[in-house]
Amino acid sequence: MITLENIVKTYGSGERAVTALDGIDLHVAAGTISGVIGLSGAGKSTLIRCVNLLERPTSGRVEVDGVELTSLDTAGLRAARHQIGMIFQHFNLLDSRTVYANVALPLELMKMDKAQIRERVLPLLELTGLASMAERHPAQLSGGQKQRVAIARALASRPKVLLCDEATSALDPHTTTSILALLKEINQKLGLTILLITHEMEVVKTICDQVSLIEGGKLVETAEVGRFFTAPASRAARAFINDYLELEIPPELLARMGESSDGRTHPVVRLTFGTESVDRPLISHLSRRFDIDISILQARVEAIQSHTLGLMIAELIGDPETTAEVIAYMQSIDLDVEVIGHVPGNE
Amino acid sequence: MFLGMSEAMLERLWQATLDTLVMVAVSGVISILLGLLLGVALYVTRPGRFLARPLLHGLLGIIVNVGRSIPFIILMVAIVPFTRLLVGSSIGINAAIVPLTVAAIPFVARLVEGSLNEVSPGLIEAAQSMGATAPQIILKVLLPEARGGLITAATITLITLIGYSAMAGAVGAGGLGAIGINYGYNRYDSAVMISTVTIMVVLVQLIQMIGDYLVRKAQHK
Repeated sequence: MITLENIVKTYGSGERAVTALDGIDLHVAAGTISGVIGLSGAGKSTLIRCVNLLERPTSGRVEVDGVELTSLDTAGLRAARHQIGMIFQHFNLLDSRTVYANVALPLELMKMDKAQIRERVLPLLELTGLASMAERHPAQLSGGQKQRVAIARALASRPKVLLCDEATSALDPHTTTSILALLKEINQKLGLTILLITHEMEVVKTICDQVSLIEGGKLVETAEVGRFFTAPASRAARAFINDYLELEIPPELLARMGESSDGRTHPVVRLTFGTESVDRPLISHLSRRFDIDISILQARVEAIQSHTLGLMIAELIGDPETTAEVIAYMQSIDLDVEVIGHVPGNE
Repeated sequence: MFLGMSEAMLERLWQATLDTLVMVAVSGVISILLGLLLGVALYVTRPGRFLARPLLHGLLGIIVNVGRSIPFIILMVAIVPFTRLLVGSSIGINAAIVPLTVAAIPFVARLVEGSLNEVSPGLIEAAQSMGATAPQIILKVLLPEARGGLITAATITLITLIGYSAMAGAVGAGGLGAIGINYGYNRYDSAVMISTVTIMVVLVQLIQMIGDYLVRKAQHK
C-alpha cells in the first residue's frame, strides 16, 4: 500500500547541507500496521511527512495505493491526499470549530454538501466514542478526546492509509492504551493501512505488525514485531530493546562482578527465551541434567502480541567445566546466552 | 460641563462628533479590508510558508515599513495631490478620509500578520494533509483561527484612527479635533476643550468595550 524507494532528504545545500533521510526503503502491506521507531532527531518526522509529501524528498519515489505521488502535479497531489489521513502529536484541531465541524472540515474542503457531510460525520463520531460531544469545542476536551476527534477527522475522507505522527506521545499511559485500541479497531474494521512513527516501544509492541528502526536517517532493521523483539538482527535494535526492557543487574551483584574468571568464580548469564523455549521448565531441567545450582537474579516475561519473550539474569553455580558445558548446551537450543560477568563464589 | 454652552456650540459639538465618527468609520472599514489583504499577503509569502515568495514578501515588507515610519501629520500633507485627485479637495471630511486610510493600511497589515503568526503552523500542516488549497487554508483555517487577534487588531486600528482624525482636524478636516483646536485651544474656551476630550474618551471606551466583548465571543479557549 505504501512504498518508499531510496528516499533522500537533505536540508540546505553545499557544505552546510544536513541529510535528514539517507536512502530509505520501506514497504507497508495493505491492511497492516507498521511502525517506525527511533530516538528524537533520527528522522522519523521527516520520514512520515515524505509519505504525503508535506515534505518533498530531495530524491526517491513515494507510492501510495499504486499512485506515484512524487510524479503528481499540485491538483493531483491534493486529490491523492484525500486517500491519506494523518494525525499529529499535538492533535492540530481548530479551536474555533466544534468537534462536529472539525470532523466535517476535510469534507467541506472536498466541497461535499451539508447533508452528505452529516451522513459521514455522525457514524465517525459514534465510532470514536464522541457522539455526545459533537457540539463541544476542543478546549473543553481531554487530550485523549482531542486525539479521537483528530482520528475521526482523518477518517472522514475515507482514506486507505492513516499516518500517525507520534500520536500518543502527548498522552498519559492509560489514554495511550485506549487510543492504540481505537487505532487497532479501525485497522481491523475498515481495513485501514497504518504507518506510525513513535519513540515509544510500548506502541510498537501493542499494535504494530511490522517495525523499522531508524537511526541517523537510515532504516537499520525492518522486521515483523515478534521477530524484532526476540531475534533482533542489528546491534542498534538489541540496544533499543534492552533499554526498553530495563532488565537491570542488582547493584550488590554488580559490585562483586568481575570481567575475568578463575576456578572459584561463577558466571552470570543473561538468557533470552523465544516463544518456543519460554514455556519449558529449563532451569530445573538444567539443574537435574548437569548437577549444578542456578540462582535467578532477575527475570521478566513480556507478551508481544502472539509472541512471548523471556529474559533472565542468572548465576550458574558449579565448577568451571560444568558451567561451560551448560552454556554450550543452552546455546544449542533456542536460547540466546550472554555471559555478562563472573562473581566469586561464597565459600 | 456642557452646561452654559451656547446652543450653537452644542450644535457644533454634535456635528463634530458625527464627522469624527464618519471619518473613523469610513477610513476604518476601507483600511481594515485592504490591510487584511496586505497582512495575509505578508503572511503567506514569507519564506517557508505555503505560498512563499521571498522577493514579493521583501517588497511588501519595505512598502509597509515606509508607510508606517512616515509621521501622520507629514503623510497627510505629502499626499495632498493624491487626495485631490481622489476626492477633488484637500480639506473637509472626505479629504481627511484619504490620508487616514493610507496611514492605517500598513498599520493594519502588520497587526494582521502578527495575529496570523499566532496560529499554530500545525493547523496549516493538518489542512495541507487534507488536500486543502491555498485559498481554503486562508479562509477555512487561518482567518477563523486568528479571529480573536483580528478583532483586537480592528479595535486598536479604530482607536488609533480616532486619534489621527483629531490631528487631521487641526489642518482643516473638521470633526472633534478641529473644534478642540479652533474653539478650545485658540480661544481659550476650556469648557469646549474638556468637552471634546471627554467625547473622544467615551468613543474610545465604547470601541474598546465592544471589541473586548467580540473577542470573548470569538474565543473558545
